[in-house]
Amino acid sequence: MRLRLEPRPRPSRLWLWGSPILAILLTVLTGAVLFAAIGRDPLASLEAYFISPLATTYGLAELALKGTPLALIAVGLSFGFRANVWNIGAEGQFTMGAIAAAGVALQFAGSEATFELPLMLLAAILAGMGWAALPAFLRARLEVSEILVSLMLTYVATLFLSFLVYGPWKDPAGFNFPQTIMFDQSAAVPVILANTRLNLGVVLALLIVAVAWLVQRQSLLGFQLRVMGLAPLAARYAGFGRARLIWISLLLSGGLAGLAGALEVAGPLGQLVPVISQGYGFTAITVAFLGRLHPFGILLASLALALSVIGGENAQIAVGVPRAATGVFQGLLLFYLLGADILVRYRLRRLAEPGSLGAARQRATTETA
Amino acid sequence: MSAAARLEMAGISKSFGSFAANADIDLKIAPSEIQALLGENGAGKSTLVKIAYGVLAPDAGSILWNGREVRIDSPRAARALGIGMVFQHFSLFEPLTVLENVALGLDRPEPARALAERIRRVSKTYGLPLDPNQRVADLSTGERQRIEIVRALLAEPSLLIMDEPTSVLTPQEVQTLFDTLRRIAADGCSILYISHKLEEVRALCSSATVLRRGRVVERLDPRERSAREIAALMVGTELVESVRAAVPSQGPARLEVRGLDLPGQGTHGVALKAIDLAVHGGEIVGIAGIAGNGQAELLAALSGERRSPRPGMILLDGAPVGQLGPTSRRRLGQAYVPEERNGHGAVGPMSLVDNAILGAWQRAALAARGWLRHGRARLYAEAVIQAFDVRCGGPGAPAASLSGGNLQKFIMGREIGQDPAVLIVAQPTWGVDAAAAAAIHRALIELAENGAAILLLSQDLDEILTLADRVAVLNEGSLSPALPRDQADRERLGLLMGGAHGALSTDGRSEAPVAA
Amino acid sequence: MDQVTAFLIAVIPAATPLLLAALGELVSERAGVLNLGVEGMMLVGAVTGFAVTVTTGSAISGVGAAMLASAILALGFAFLTLTLMANQVASGLALTILGTGAAALIGAGFVGMPVERLPHLDVPGLSDLPVVGPLLFAHDALVYLSLILALATGLFLNRTRAGLILRACGEDAGSAHALGHPVILTRYLAVLFGGAMAGLAGAFLSLSYTPMWSEAMTAGRGWIALALVVFASWRPGRLVLGAYLFGGLSILQLYAQNMGILALPSQVFAMTPYLVTILVLILISLRRARSATPASLGQSFRATQ
Repeated sequence: MRLRLEPRPRPSRLWLWGSPILAILLTVLTGAVLFAAIGRDPLASLEAYFISPLATTYGLAELALKGTPLALIAVGLSFGFRANVWNIGAEGQFTMGAIAAAGVALQFAGSEATFELPLMLLAAILAGMGWAALPAFLRARLEVSEILVSLMLTYVATLFLSFLVYGPWKDPAGFNFPQTIMFDQSAAVPVILANTRLNLGVVLALLIVAVAWLVQRQSLLGFQLRVMGLAPLAARYAGFGRARLIWISLLLSGGLAGLAGALEVAGPLGQLVPVISQGYGFTAITVAFLGRLHPFGILLASLALALSVIGGENAQIAVGVPRAATGVFQGLLLFYLLGADILVRYRLRRLAEPGSLGAARQRATTETA
Repeated sequence: MSAAARLEMAGISKSFGSFAANADIDLKIAPSEIQALLGENGAGKSTLVKIAYGVLAPDAGSILWNGREVRIDSPRAARALGIGMVFQHFSLFEPLTVLENVALGLDRPEPARALAERIRRVSKTYGLPLDPNQRVADLSTGERQRIEIVRALLAEPSLLIMDEPTSVLTPQEVQTLFDTLRRIAADGCSILYISHKLEEVRALCSSATVLRRGRVVERLDPRERSAREIAALMVGTELVESVRAAVPSQGPARLEVRGLDLPGQGTHGVALKAIDLAVHGGEIVGIAGIAGNGQAELLAALSGERRSPRPGMILLDGAPVGQLGPTSRRRLGQAYVPEERNGHGAVGPMSLVDNAILGAWQRAALAARGWLRHGRARLYAEAVIQAFDVRCGGPGAPAASLSGGNLQKFIMGREIGQDPAVLIVAQPTWGVDAAAAAAIHRALIELAENGAAILLLSQDLDEILTLADRVAVLNEGSLSPALPRDQADRERLGLLMGGAHGALSTDGRSEAPVAA
Repeated sequence: MDQVTAFLIAVIPAATPLLLAALGELVSERAGVLNLGVEGMMLVGAVTGFAVTVTTGSAISGVGAAMLASAILALGFAFLTLTLMANQVASGLALTILGTGAAALIGAGFVGMPVERLPHLDVPGLSDLPVVGPLLFAHDALVYLSLILALATGLFLNRTRAGLILRACGEDAGSAHALGHPVILTRYLAVLFGGAMAGLAGAFLSLSYTPMWSEAMTAGRGWIALALVVFASWRPGRLVLGAYLFGGLSILQLYAQNMGILALPSQVFAMTPYLVTILVLILISLRRARSATPASLGQSFRATQ
């Protein structure tokens, strides 16, 4: 039996949301095979990965906590991705946000000032924007690839963080460990659920997701970004400034990544250490695509990927699955998703009998292959 | 004659879904014959020649080559038989040399040196001067077409299919091409000439097959019939042409261009040189010219997509707008229908409602304070669909799902619906069926009668000569003074269109190889 | 003089992985496919080369396995972007995420293990010459292979019919198809070549440059290779120049750090390759070599009737 792809007259609404689900199923299936291959009981591993983390309130709270930075970053990225602006340096902007927030916390250490936390968040947003400003400027003015520049700056940000915690910001009373002092209570995001680490950050993220939805759906800006992504010439025709849209999408995603960084140091971490991110900035790329660049979809996708992060840690302890498996799953998920997306625009047709119309067309198309 | 037929296609049928592109078509062409294949857009000409060239497979029918039944299942098979084809859209690679381009089109590779020699020989024999070492990017459209023809001739075909070859040429270049084609035919090669330009067909061809809606309606000798008669056969009814009496210009200019200089962009951009132009209310001014002579740059400058060096170089109802963007100019009353529909004037995957917002948000207030007004936009789209009889699946249908003509009517309607003071429109009927073209022409005339100033850029001289009150010609970035329509005959315009350009390409360039 | 020679000797192995990876990407991009997954493919190559060499004791098997593993990843990318017409940028990122994860997973058991460095190619007589000997005749085979491949790639692209067809596919896939050339097949092969080369570059890192395996040991070299292709305006000759320039800079940075020429923290030195990459991208954009970009780069192609 031979199959061929046939364009659909309109994109399929069913597959628009069916494809992420299919991708998740395929990833889980591959996971089971992978677990079996490395000699672990697939069912027990899958349970440790995807079921047991959700069994307790604490587990659910952790899920929301880990989902928060993912959702924030991914929502920011979705603005640019819609417009074909590829900020893949969110990890660096996240790091710079965390550093800026920590800087404020260190500056006001011991003051217990009420403005401390808001100032930290603000500083982090500005730092994230600042880190995204260079790729924005270079892309808007000189057509330099924002992909490469934002990524290179991620390495620079990580090294800068390392410099700070090994150098000037090191806790003098910390037995020479590379970390800052623990921040004050006034520099911490308030916890909203007793006996968990779930904090106000999750509420902030939900709010931002809702606003992002409104902006993407109802605002002229959201429309402009979509047009620029689909047809740059049409955007110019309609008078939508290209440079302005590049700036907006990079600053937005940079600012939100910076905010996520602040929430991490002002939340679960409470201090600055050499490794502050579990690859949130990169995982958020998968989140953004899995959520179809739609804010509510991103919300769901951020939970799915947060589960893979927590599940990975859990499975390592419970059944000894290497933590690196999580990275493989995230990569596979994105791979499957991008592949399954073909079904949105095309349908799979079984080949008709030779001699009929379908066969004749097939002959014409296979000339290339 | 049937025994001697070089190519005979009998009972050819081909359907796409429920649409019959070719229905039971017979076609016969003898050695040395130059035959025309005539028909409107969508009449089935392209489908038929694609079948002959092995690009498409017919659903039914047979093909005889020199009296023997053959199956042509690929362009390679067609070339092996001796069928060559020159497509309307060139398959050329700009950064590569002429030699490399020709080599890419050969079925049997041959050493570069020998190939260069053969190119020189063929181009000399048929009066098609070409330097094998020149980069295609540096060549004019006419020269590019020569590459395609030479490429086809190198295979020593006994049937040459030419698909709308003159749509990119000046009238003078067309004459040169015809001389070449006659020489080729005299050597024994048959030529199947696809066109909808009746005067050309009457000058070149000794027979013609007329297609309409996928069927042969008549075989005739075009030299014995009037263009009007043949046109009626093609369209099926007597064409009601929108004839418009030229209006003498009066009153102040609504759109004015004063000494516009604009450097070319990119490696192949054309610089605009001291362009002067005025379009008055109630007037249609046509700009003729061969593609690639600054049309894209002029349109970008007039629409605001590119800013001019000084504000006063472009005036809209007297206001200097040279450095304003498209949004500000639209607010001042300008509207614009670009040449390219998909991806420029409309976004294919977006709905017609969204596409209404795209071009009309400023003037039809489809967005306010940064927020979209979807309800208003839907009403606007529905009004356009109704007023311009746009055939579509409703305002929610993606623009890409519309036929070329219907999408063009939608875009035209969206722009005219804004009641513009000035309308700039490029190639309004390119690839549009006759009925839609007539509707678009009527809409333009009506808009002018209501006092708008219309600037019409078109490569179709017929279109310009039916619509425009005055005609200017764009050549190598310079615009000629506008001639009143009664002084603008074909020959005069043709000379202006050729300009230095045509002269340069007929006497050939230096033979010195240019390092790529 | 001795200092200079030692410096030059150090530059060559630093440049080699960049050259190998960038050559593969160059061919892929000339065919019109932008593969942002170089970093991931390099990592998989590095870990596979290391693991197979350690397990089998055969460096040749290791290098071969590295090329094969990365080519398999590239095949996945090619299937996504060429057959399923997925967005090339997103698919390349997916490839990097997947490759990084897979490399970490495979390499979990190999961290800290020793491996025998690839043997140097000692040419009796020549290698003993002063200065010239160690500089030119005492590297491992992959160093020479990288230069031979650069030359061969240049000849292939500019002097062969297959190279001409490949360039045609990158400039205008539609026209190449119309002329009857197998666009999709050509692109598949180009992407596979890119994968194999990235694997080779990775194997060089883990078997020769720093003979060991550690997670993320490529340290962004895959991305720098992408920038080098732009720097080289898609020409193999300039690519050699660019790779050696970059190799030189990274060694210079190490020297400056070790000799304490500048009293700066080590992290600042470690930042230089990334900052220099950005600087180079800026300089190139100012020079406006835009027309060198393959015109079809990054665009999906579907053969229609």
